[in-house]
Amino acid sequence: MSFQPVHFYQTGTFTVGNRLLSPEERSVQANLERTNSLNSGHRACQGCGEALGARYAIDAAMNAARGRLIAANATGCLEVFSTPYPETSWQIPWIHSLFGNTAAVATGIAAAIKVKRQQGQMADVRVVAQGGDGGTTDIGFGCLSGMFERNDDVLYICYDNGGYMNTGVQRSSATPPAARTATTMPVGPEPGNAFGQGKFVPAIAMAHEIPYVATATVADLRDLEHKVTKAMGIRGARYIHILVPCPLGWGAASQDTILLARLAKETGIFPVFEAEHGEVTGVLKIRRQQPVDAYLKLQKRYAHLFGKKPAVETIARLQAAADKNIRKYGLLDQEAN
Amino acid sequence: MLKQTEGSHAVAEAVALCRPEVICAYPISPQTHIVEGLGEMVKAGEVENCEFINVESEFAAMSVAIGSSATGARTYTATASQGLLFMVEAVFNAAGLGLPIVMTVANRAIGAPINIWNDHSDSLSQRDCGWIQLFAETNQEALDLHIQAFKLAEEVSLPVMVCMDGFILTHAYERVDVPTQEQVDAFLPPYEPRQVLDPKEPVSIGAMVGPEAFSEVRYLAHAKQMQALERIPELAEQFKAVFGRDSGGLTHSYLTGDADTIVVAMGSVLGTIKDTVDEMRAAGEKIGVLGITSYRPFPIDNVRAALQNAQRVVVLEKSLAVGIGGILSTDVRMAMSGLQLHGHTVVAGLGGRAITRKSLATLFAKATRGELGHLTFLDLDWNVVNKQLERERTTRRSGPAAESMLRDIGVVAARIG
Repeated sequence: MSFQPVHFYQTGTFTVGNRLLSPEERSVQANLERTNSLNSGHRACQGCGEALGARYAIDAAMNAARGRLIAANATGCLEVFSTPYPETSWQIPWIHSLFGNTAAVATGIAAAIKVKRQQGQMADVRVVAQGGDGGTTDIGFGCLSGMFERNDDVLYICYDNGGYMNTGVQRSSATPPAARTATTMPVGPEPGNAFGQGKFVPAIAMAHEIPYVATATVADLRDLEHKVTKAMGIRGARYIHILVPCPLGWGAASQDTILLARLAKETGIFPVFEAEHGEVTGVLKIRRQQPVDAYLKLQKRYAHLFGKKPAVETIARLQAAADKNIRKYGLLDQEAN
Repeated sequence: MLKQTEGSHAVAEAVALCRPEVICAYPISPQTHIVEGLGEMVKAGEVENCEFINVESEFAAMSVAIGSSATGARTYTATASQGLLFMVEAVFNAAGLGLPIVMTVANRAIGAPINIWNDHSDSLSQRDCGWIQLFAETNQEALDLHIQAFKLAEEVSLPVMVCMDGFILTHAYERVDVPTQEQVDAFLPPYEPRQVLDPKEPVSIGAMVGPEAFSEVRYLAHAKQMQALERIPELAEQFKAVFGRDSGGLTHSYLTGDADTIVVAMGSVLGTIKDTVDEMRAAGEKIGVLGITSYRPFPIDNVRAALQNAQRVVVLEKSLAVGIGGILSTDVRMAMSGLQLHGHTVVAGLGGRAITRKSLATLFAKATRGELGHLTFLDLDWNVVNKQLERERTTRRSGPAAESMLRDIGVVAARIG
C-alpha cells in the first residue's frame, strides 16, 4: 500500500482551505457544515486574535458535540464585542454572568445537564467556558481551580492576549516580562512589566491532574481544532490555553496577528504542548527557531527595548526565558532543523 | 408529620421535598447544618435527580447556581453573613438575570469585629440587590416559607432569600409539622423556566445593555417585585388550602386594631415582643405588634394600613444603618409618610445580644409614656462606650477598639505582647 505522510505544515497552517487533504481530513472551518457559532458582524478589532481563536475553537467544539453545546463566557473583549445589546453573534446557547465566575457558571450548567439527562429531559449537551487571561488567570482563578479540582465536566478555554485589553490594556498575571501596559509603563529603571512575576496557568492546570490540558496559538489552527476536538472526546475538567495576539494591546499591525502567534511559538516564548493527567504527552515542535527579537520588534509594547540604546540585557533575559521553555518542553525538532 | 427537630434540619427537609435539582454548598455558620442535612439526603438517594456540589467559595456557590438555574434546574443554596457578602456580585447578577434561585440566609452579624451570632445586618445589606427577602418568625414558618419561596421565585422569575435568625432558629429544636411529598407536589409544580440554555433553541443570556435600554430592564425588575407583592398573599392562601396553616404573607398583625403603640419587627424576636405585649395588654396598655414577613418587596400599603390609627410606632430592628440609625425604620417611615405619628428606631440584638422581655417591657413602657427618643440602642453599655471614647480622645495610639473594650469588660484577661 502506497502511503505518503502529509505534514500539517504543508497544508493546514497558512491556509484554511486544506485543499491538498482529503475531505474527511480537512479542518472544521473548511467544512461547509461549520456552524459559525460566533457569527460575522461582531465588533472585534481588525486582526483580533481572540475572535479568530474563539471562532475556530467553538466551531470545533460544536462539531465534536454534534451541535449540542452551551457556552459560558467571562466579561471581557469576547463578551463585549459579541453581544452589544440587542445583537448577538452567538448561534449557540450562551450565557455571560460575571468577570470572575465563568468556570463556576459552567459547573452549574454541567450539573443541570446531568440532572436533566437523568430525567430524560435533555440530550447529551456539552459545556464550554471561555474567558480572557484576566478572567482566567486573575479574577476567575479561584472558580477555575475549583472546577478543575472537582473534575467537573467542562472544557475551559482561555484566550490569552497578555493583559486586560477590554479595559484599556492593563497588566494581568499573564502579561509577559518587559511588556508595556497602561499599568506597567516603560518608565523608570526597569521599564515595562517586572521580571519574576506572573503565572503560567497551563502548568497550574496540570498540577490539578485534570484529564487534559493543552496550549495552542492562532497560528496553528489545525492544531487548535485538533486539541479542541480531542478535549471534547474526554469527560471531566479540561483546559486549553490559546495565545491570541491583540493588535491594540500589543501595538502590532492587524495583518501580523498570525505571524506574531507563529513567532511566539517559533521563538519558544510560548510553548505549545498537550498534557494528560498532569503529564506532558506531546509538543508542537519549533520548525525554524527564531531569536526573540524577531517577535519583540513587531510590537510597540516592547518598543522601549529597541530605542537608541537597545536594552540588550533585557532582551537577553527574554531570550533566556524562551530557551528555558525550549529545554523544558523539548520544543526543538532536531530532524526538522 | 409532627417532629421535634432542629430548625436547620426542618429547612433541609422542606428543601428536599421541593425536589431541588442542583444544590451548592459552602460551609459558614450558622447555615451549615442545612446543607449538611441536604448533602446526606442526596448522597443517601433520598432526593432523586439532584446534584450536590461542594464548591470552593460562596461566590462560586451563587455562580454555580446561576449556571444551573439558567439551564433550567431548580437550584438551592444557603449562606450567611460574610458568605453572603462574598457572593454579592453574583447575588446581584442572579437577580438581574431573573433566575429563580432560592437561598436560605441564616441571619448573622457582619464583621469586623468578626461575630458569628445573629442579627439582620447580612441580608439587609442586600436590600437593593433585587432578591425577594422573606423573614421567618418560627421554625415552622421557615420550613413553610421555603416551599412558598420556590413557587414564588419561579412564578415571577426572581430569586428569593428565606431569612431565618441564625442559631435562634437554625439551631433551635422545636416542634414542626413536616408536610408530605404529595402535599408539596400539589402546591409546587415542576419548574418551567422563562429562559433556558438549550441547544434546541439557542439564546444569549446576559448580554451587555447600554443607556438605551438599561432603565427599562431595571424597571422590569421593580415591576416583578410589585407582582410578587400581589402574589405573596395569594400564595399564602393557596398554601393554607393545601397545608392547613397560616404561613407567609406580607405582614402579620397582632393586636394592632385598637393599639396606640405599635411595635414593628422582623424574625424570631416577634415572639418575645408578643409575650411582652401580652403582659402590657393585661395591664391595660393599648399596644400591638406588626411583623414584617416580606422585607423585599416592602409592603408599604399594608404597613401604612396597619399603622394609620396608632399614635406611635417603635421599629425594633436587629440592624444598624451606620450614620443614620435604622434600616427597616427607613422603610417603615416611608410607609408612614403623611401620617401624624411618633416614630422611634430601636437598634437591638446586634451580634447576638439577647433581647429580653425585661428590656422590652422597660423600652415599651418608656415609649408609651412618650419618653423614647428617635434612636435608641437597646441595652447599650454606656460605661464601656464612654471609656473607649475617652481613651481615643486622650491617646493617639489607642489600639484596636474591640479588644480594648473587651478588656474593659473583663473578657480578654491579658494584653497581647
